[in-house]
Order: sequence, then C-alpha cells, then structure tokens
Amino acid sequence: MRLTAAIIAARATAALSRGLRRGGGTALPGLVAERVDPGLERTLAARLGQGSALVTGTNGKTTTARLVRGICREAGLRPVANREGSNMMRGVAAALAESASWDGRFRAPGKRVGLFEVDEATMPLVARAVEPRAVLFTNLFRDQLDRYGEVETVATLWRTALRSFPAEVTLVLNADDPAVASLSDVALGRVVLYGVDDETQAGGPLEHAADARWCYACGAELEYTVVFYGHLGHWRCPGCRRARPTPDVAVSSLMTADDGMSVTLTTPTGEVTVRLPLAGLYNAYNAAAAAALAVALGIETGAIERGLAGATAAFGRQERLTVDGRAVQVILAKNPAGVNQVIRTITADGAPKHLAVFLNDDIADGRDISWIWDVDFELLSGNVASLVVSGRRAWDMALRLKYAGLGERPDVEHDAALALRRAIDATPEGGTLYVVPTYTAMLDARNILGRWAGRGAFWEGDG
Amino acid sequence: MPALSEPERSAGPVEEPALSGPERSAGPVEGTLRLAHLYPKLMNIYGDRGNIMCFERRCRGRDIAFELTELSLGDAFDPAAYDLVFVGGAQDAEQRRVADDLRDVKGEALREYVEGDGVMLAVCGGYQLMGAHYRSADGAQLPGVGLLDLWTEHPGPNARRFIGNVVIEWEGETLVGFENHGGRTHLGPRARPLGSVVTGFGNNGGDGGEGAVYRNLYGTYLHGSLLPKNPHFADHLIALALAKRNGDVRLAPLDDMVEEQAHSEALHLATRRSIIRRGG
Repeated sequence: MRLTAAIIAARATAALSRGLRRGGGTALPGLVAERVDPGLERTLAARLGQGSALVTGTNGKTTTARLVRGICREAGLRPVANREGSNMMRGVAAALAESASWDGRFRAPGKRVGLFEVDEATMPLVARAVEPRAVLFTNLFRDQLDRYGEVETVATLWRTALRSFPAEVTLVLNADDPAVASLSDVALGRVVLYGVDDETQAGGPLEHAADARWCYACGAELEYTVVFYGHLGHWRCPGCRRARPTPDVAVSSLMTADDGMSVTLTTPTGEVTVRLPLAGLYNAYNAAAAAALAVALGIETGAIERGLAGATAAFGRQERLTVDGRAVQVILAKNPAGVNQVIRTITADGAPKHLAVFLNDDIADGRDISWIWDVDFELLSGNVASLVVSGRRAWDMALRLKYAGLGERPDVEHDAALALRRAIDATPEGGTLYVVPTYTAMLDARNILGRWAGRGAFWEGDG
Repeated sequence: MPALSEPERSAGPVEEPALSGPERSAGPVEGTLRLAHLYPKLMNIYGDRGNIMCFERRCRGRDIAFELTELSLGDAFDPAAYDLVFVGGAQDAEQRRVADDLRDVKGEALREYVEGDGVMLAVCGGYQLMGAHYRSADGAQLPGVGLLDLWTEHPGPNARRFIGNVVIEWEGETLVGFENHGGRTHLGPRARPLGSVVTGFGNNGGDGGEGAVYRNLYGTYLHGSLLPKNPHFADHLIALALAKRNGDVRLAPLDDMVEEQAHSEALHLATRRSIIRRGG
C-alpha cells in the first residue's frame, strides 16, 4: 500500500516538475517517494532479477554508468538507472519508483538490472539499501574539499564500508589509482581490475593536482614508472612493496581519431576494439571501467563491443551542439584532475582554441574555489584564440587565467547568455567553441545553448 | 560577531627589522627574494600553489630575482638562507608527519629564523602547526612547533566545521578568502590576531579574531588562494622580506586591475546575505 503510494507520489512529482520545467525534475520525486515509503529502495531493488551495480568515484561516474547502460542493453538486459546529477539516495529512489509499475513490480523482472551512479560519500548508504552485485570505483581525486572533506576521509569511509560488504559483492577497481587499487586489501569477494597498459599515453611528471602520492598503508612516497594523469599510472611503493596490480581489463592501445578515439581493450574473454565518440585518456579509462563492470556482471564480449561502439556523449560531457554554424562543445569542469584532462584533450592538436570558461561557487560546484589554483591552466598558454570568462566567480577565474599567461585584460561577462553570445561571435563560422563550466553553470549554459540550437529541454539530453 | 577594538589589534609588539644596514635605499629595489616553501608535496591542499605563484609573479614583475627552494621531510632549514618562508595546509595524516619533522629536524632553526625577524606565512594546517598543540576531533594531541603563542582544539566529530567565505579587516584594509577548519584556535598573550572578522568564523568563531602575528610570522586560516586576490598583503610580505637585506624598500606598482576586481567580487559575495542556497 505504502509502496504504491510512494510510487504514485514520485511519478506525479516527476510529471509536475517536468511540466514546470524545473531542473530536470530529478531529485524531488525521489525525495517524495522516500518520504512516503522510506524502505522503497530496498523493496524495489530486491525485485531486479539481475541485481544492481553501483558506480562511484570522483570522476567518470556519469560517462561510465552511461557506457555500462549501453552494454547492458546490447546484452538484452533492461537497465534501471538514475539520471545524471542525481546520485544521492533520492536519485536511486526516483529511478526505481519511476521504472516500477503502480504495484511496485517491474515488467520483465528477470532482465532488470539496476545501474546506479552514486556519490562517493553516499555509496555505503546506497549499498546497504540495494545490496549490489558489483561496485565500481573509478578514481579518487581531490574534489570539493568543503563538501567531502579530505581525500583520505573518503578513502577511509570506503574501506570501512567494504569491510561490511558480503563476500558475494564483486569489486571493480582502477588498478592505476593507488587509492582505489588498495581497496582490494579489504575486499572479501571477487575483484576485477582495470587500467591502462598503453605506455605511449604517459602524461609526464606528476601534476600539481596529484593526491595519492603516499602509500596509504606504510606512508612511503610512491614511485611511478609511468604517470598517465593526476596520480594515475604504474605505481609501486618502495616501503611495503605494494604495487599496481595487473589489470583484468586493460587499454592496450589508444589512437586519437576525428571526433573521438579508437580504443583496444584486452579482456579475460578476448580483445575488443571500438571507436568512441569521446576524446581523451580519461574517457579511455571510462570505457575500460565500463567493460570491467560488464565482465563482473558476466556479460559477453560481443555485447561490450556493441555497447561501447554505440556510445554517445553524456549530458555536458563533450556533448556537441550546433549554434549559428559553430560547433559548441560543453565539457563539465569539476576538479583539478578533471580539468587538467579537459585541457590536455582540447589542446591536443596544438591549434588555438575558442573558449568560454564559467566558474560558479554554489554547493554543487564546490563553494571553495581555491581548486582552480591546482589546475595546470598554463597548458592553455599560446593555445587560445578567444576567451570569455563568466560565472559568479568570473574574476577569480580571470585572475587565475591571467597568472596562466592568458592576458591582463580578460573579457569578463557575468551574464551567462551574454557571455555565450560573445564567445559564439568570437568563434568563426565552421569553428568550434569549447564551453568549460562548473556544474551549476553547466546547467545554465546547457539550457541556453539547447534553446539556441533548437534542442529540447535538457532532461531529454540524457536518455 | 563583535570586531576587535583598535587598541587590541595594535597591542602586540611590532619591532623594527633588526638588521637594517646603514645604506638604506629608498627607491625601487632590484634584489633577490629567496623563498623557502616548506613541505610543498605534503602541505598543498587548498590551492596553496597560488601563493607561491603570487610571490614569484609580483617579484619578477618588478625585476626582483626570485629563488624558490622546496624543503621536504628530512631537509635541514638554514635560517640565513631565506628571506621568506611559506607553509600551507594538509590532510590530517600528512600533518602528523610534518609535525614530527618540525619537531625533530627544522624546529630550532625555524625558531632562530622567526626570533631574528625572518618573514614567514603559514596558512591553515601550517598555521595550526605553528602553535603549541593541535587536538584533533578524536582527542589525539599533536604537538606543534610553538613559534606562535596559540593552541588549536577540535571540539569533537559532531562540532560544526567552519566553512565559508571570509573577510577580515587587516591594517585598515580587507583580506578576502575561504576558510575550512574544524579546529578552534585560541591565542595567548604573545600573539596578536592578524585581523578582525568582518564575515566568517575566524580563529574560533567566538572572539572575532582571525589569524595570528608574532614578529614577522603571520598565520591565517584564509586560503582561496589567499595572496593572488589580496595583492596588498602579498606586497606587504615581500617588502618586509626584502627589507632585511636591502633596507626599507618601496615596491613599484603593478597592473592589479584583475586582482582588484577579484578582491571586490569576493568581498561582495561574502558580505551580502546568501539567499540562494540550492543543493546539488
């Protein structure tokens, strides 16, 4: 009874909030459903015939979860997934409530699999409620220190949660991130590892954003034979001899192609080569992560290949729109490690780029903006054809970019629409404008650009 | 929150630089600023790199040579080799390792440096370590190096963390930044606050003081990074640092248009009442 009431309430809220065109209507329905029936996630998750998998970590959650969804569909499964950006418990509740029928049953229950992207700090709570078959940890970077606290706080939270996981849970871990790979020390069940073997992708010395420089177990400074980005690479601890474990799923080669890349993955069941419409090494990690989770779920190689090949960009993650004859690409900026990867990807071909950078300091962006000083914006120097700076903390960003050598007289425009207009006008027809916003600025920018590009409202962008 | 009264703010001892030589040059200087950055890999959590970049940029812009030395665990500190010392903030685990090194390796030399009016800036975790001790949320006591007459105590895991934009009044001007600390810092009689809180929490959320000063050692919770958008404070430290070997210095003005805009934007956002508090 209560469950039905919760589902009805969630659906009504979702419909209403979409009708009012408010923020994609992602959080509220779950909140309402949880209020009506607090045990809803547990009840509904238990009815998913294929169980659930969680995707957590600092960067790559949304894209990876999206890739896994595509793979599951190719494997004939019917995923139940939360919408991007709603990765707290209420987002999971909303996804379950909206996918179930009025009586709390799923159509084709035997093919149903829950795929939930969850916030790093919320993961233990969600895991207790939905009792997942597998949990994927992408990476652990410095992110919104005002919200999550220190990196070590999150790592400790994860280790504590893992100790209470049943042995049936498979962990999918990034072998190249020492903070994530070390979670296998406390794993009670099976572990599937993924990583990058292709050493030609090395990114040089440790960046300023590198965090896990120290062995969590013995405190020694880690040594690297290859650093890919941030603290991801082929690492070993000279103190206690822990070292990067050999991945089960590995990126054995990566080749940049027009509008994307070609990635070859080695898996336990064979090699897979796919062309992805996504660029950048970080997306190769996302592809490897998705394949590793699919392996953990027992999905065959053919479905992995087809699922990855059919991928499209997630909302605000290298999503492409066309406005007034210019290609506009929106790439979310979240934290130093992520932005460093975005910059490397944008500047890879050496041609000067047109940019609009947005810095907000709302809770979802991180109220503390000091992280911009840990980003290697210096890599943009000499690679910028035009630049507009916007967002609530536009002048802080302008100052950071001035330090990076991008000019003493930056073009600052606080109004998002005016800033985007100016940036588009500064981009020649046929050219590409890169819009790099923080989270809440991304929602605004995406809405404005979507309107100009004649696309539907933004919640339809993430299918 | 009551602001500190004027006499209280200026009560502490501010001594003249001890080693000012007979040939004081009043004009723009062309010297060298030798900066020691302590524990750059361990203590770098809140964009502290921006402070180092600021020192460097504001020296080079005036043809003042800039030499940066990074000192980590185990490296000795030579009090005569530097004009300016910087230490930033860290995670708890790293802070413990630094505390050991400060006590066993660098402590005495740093004391000699500070007592000899050496200029130093300590931010956040580095600031806490300059005091007598830090008691963490679980009650563990971490001894500090004791260069500043203060101590810091975390009231426990359920206590409110002091997080947010902060503005303080310093020498009649404003300093803007962001604070994020669980520990409450209390000053003894031999340290005076760096400034008085205009908005934010400051040292302990109670007495209206923020940061601490003793001789030329400055400690503060403000990051953001602190110095790039507070160029007047950066210049104050640079001038103090150069004065030791060059006599009184007058720094040539720089083009600070963007710096000043960033300062006033931060000031505006911190001091208006935050109406929009929507979540993610």
